[in-house]
Amino acid sequence: MTAHAPAVVAHDLIKTYPGGVRALDGMAVTVEAGTVFGLLGPNGAGKSTTVKILTTLARPDSGAAVVAGHDALRHPDRVRRAIGVVAQKSGADPVATGRENLLLQGRLYGLRGAALGKRADELLDRFDLTAAGRRMVKTYSGGMQRRLDVALGLMHRPQVLFLDEPTTGLDPEARTAMWEEISRLAGDEGLTILLTTHYLEEADRLAERIAIVDRGRVVAEGTPDGLKGELRGDAVHVELSRTPDEVDARLLATALGECAAVREVTFDGRRLSARADDGPAAVPRVLTALEQQGAAVASVTVARPSLDDVYLRYAGRRFSEADTAGHQDNSGRTGGTAPADPTGRTDAAGAHDDTAGNVPARTSGGAR
Amino acid sequence: MSTTLDQTWYMTQRQLMAIVRQPVFVVITLVQPVIWLFLFGSLFRKVVELPGFGGGSYLDYLVPGVVVMSAVSSNMWAGMGTLEEIERGTLNRFLTTPVSRAALMNANVVQQGFSTAGQSVIIVLLGKLGGADYPGGIGGIVLLIIASIMLGTVFGAFSNALGMLVRQRESIIGINTFLLLPLTFLSSAFMAPGLMPSWMRHVADFNPVNWALVAGRSAMSADPDWGDVLSRGGGLLALALAAVWLSTRTFRSYQKSV
Repeated sequence: MTAHAPAVVAHDLIKTYPGGVRALDGMAVTVEAGTVFGLLGPNGAGKSTTVKILTTLARPDSGAAVVAGHDALRHPDRVRRAIGVVAQKSGADPVATGRENLLLQGRLYGLRGAALGKRADELLDRFDLTAAGRRMVKTYSGGMQRRLDVALGLMHRPQVLFLDEPTTGLDPEARTAMWEEISRLAGDEGLTILLTTHYLEEADRLAERIAIVDRGRVVAEGTPDGLKGELRGDAVHVELSRTPDEVDARLLATALGECAAVREVTFDGRRLSARADDGPAAVPRVLTALEQQGAAVASVTVARPSLDDVYLRYAGRRFSEADTAGHQDNSGRTGGTAPADPTGRTDAAGAHDDTAGNVPARTSGGAR
Repeated sequence: MSTTLDQTWYMTQRQLMAIVRQPVFVVITLVQPVIWLFLFGSLFRKVVELPGFGGGSYLDYLVPGVVVMSAVSSNMWAGMGTLEEIERGTLNRFLTTPVSRAALMNANVVQQGFSTAGQSVIIVLLGKLGGADYPGGIGGIVLLIIASIMLGTVFGAFSNALGMLVRQRESIIGINTFLLLPLTFLSSAFMAPGLMPSWMRHVADFNPVNWALVAGRSAMSADPDWGDVLSRGGGLLALALAAVWLSTRTFRSYQKSV
């Protein structure tokens, strides 16, 4: 494997499960070495199937997959030595201690003796499990188990780490802690991470590049900002203190259009919505224009386009709808309809502007 | 090859530790043998007096029967453990490591063999406590236990294959409930062959459970018929090898369904 070869290259992956369910339909993914790549999509989109193929667990009907420089179909053994896998389901032995789980995992990769024990203790320490290391895993909390899972995947210092829905089923606090761990891992020298998630916020926060997966194929790919940037600008919402009549509304729209800061002005009662290339910069000009027309403003909010907007554009449906519709690879941990917004915050997973009652304000202010 | 042996041992160790750490299950699995040995044994104490049974003590006769029956019944549940490991994701975790597939499968067989041996020894000792006599000595007992391990391997491997293919607890429970008693009753476990209805005796000739009993009882007698021991033991060995081969094959079809 040369230094600049991608860590993962797969293309034209097709996989049909017995019963005719087509899980992958021309799936392709390329992950540059040393980066964090996110596969984002609702349940049943084909993310887990892709991971199973890349980790040599399943074979595609057709297509090619090269992981860490080895052909996953022809030399699965070589791939297995180079990768670490944290699957959706824990897989840790509940009646063994955390440390025993790590030791066994290390032995399977040929680690022995002092080096083995040292590595296990190092990982226990790193994942804040030292105190729990000698307790049976069945006594662990969900967050502790998940941290152990990641430690298991790292035991043999893999080149490529697969994280299949690493935070599904965790409470918000444990999820935030896991995000911090993953961010720290990403800084590790040379480690490539491929993570799957159906949380928009998670992909936005952790991945340098994202592929949006829908119905077994990638529908859009790029950096989170790049994908959002392809949408035409920020949404600017102005709440007027009283509902303008039709004539006033037309006048206001013209005035706003003339100040050249915003476009696509629409009215809904006393609520005015528009798009701007640079939302925050447009706010003062919008306020000035409205003031000149004598319209009193109650509040202004600006929202960056979210990945939900991106998903809507490329998959043609809203993320949360797709998520409720698809259940093929639902692990059962999510209990079906997973919220697109696990933390209750809406900065990345915010709703599209026309449904936004509570669009978070990056700039917000009242006038008069 | 040494890696496969190493790995087999690590995986076996893991399973044995799990058993040792859940002593409740060990106790539960011994309840049934105790019932058969002492309740059933006392209830039917006088069957040895039937003409043609051959006399002696019924407990002496019953101990090999209970050892063999317990080997079947405990190994029949092996698939439940496999199913649990699949559902928990443990099997998939191992399958994405470079661990030898043979080691994964062999560990099941070796662990079941250890468990069957341990269980058999306890039953033999319980029988001894209850006053049973083993004229064949230690050698005879060892051969009975080996026969039980081979028989257990057959049922364990089938159960594992079933767990991997069907992946439903109900199927394993159903098949086990359906098979255990008929297989036991269609053997000389509880009744001397000479007193069985002739059709049952003929069916028993083809019943591997009966092979283990014929081989074990003969080895444990004062004057073993080595021909019986070898022929039945050979049959069991061939069957055990075939069953292990079959369950290794099911690994592949499991991976296709992942």
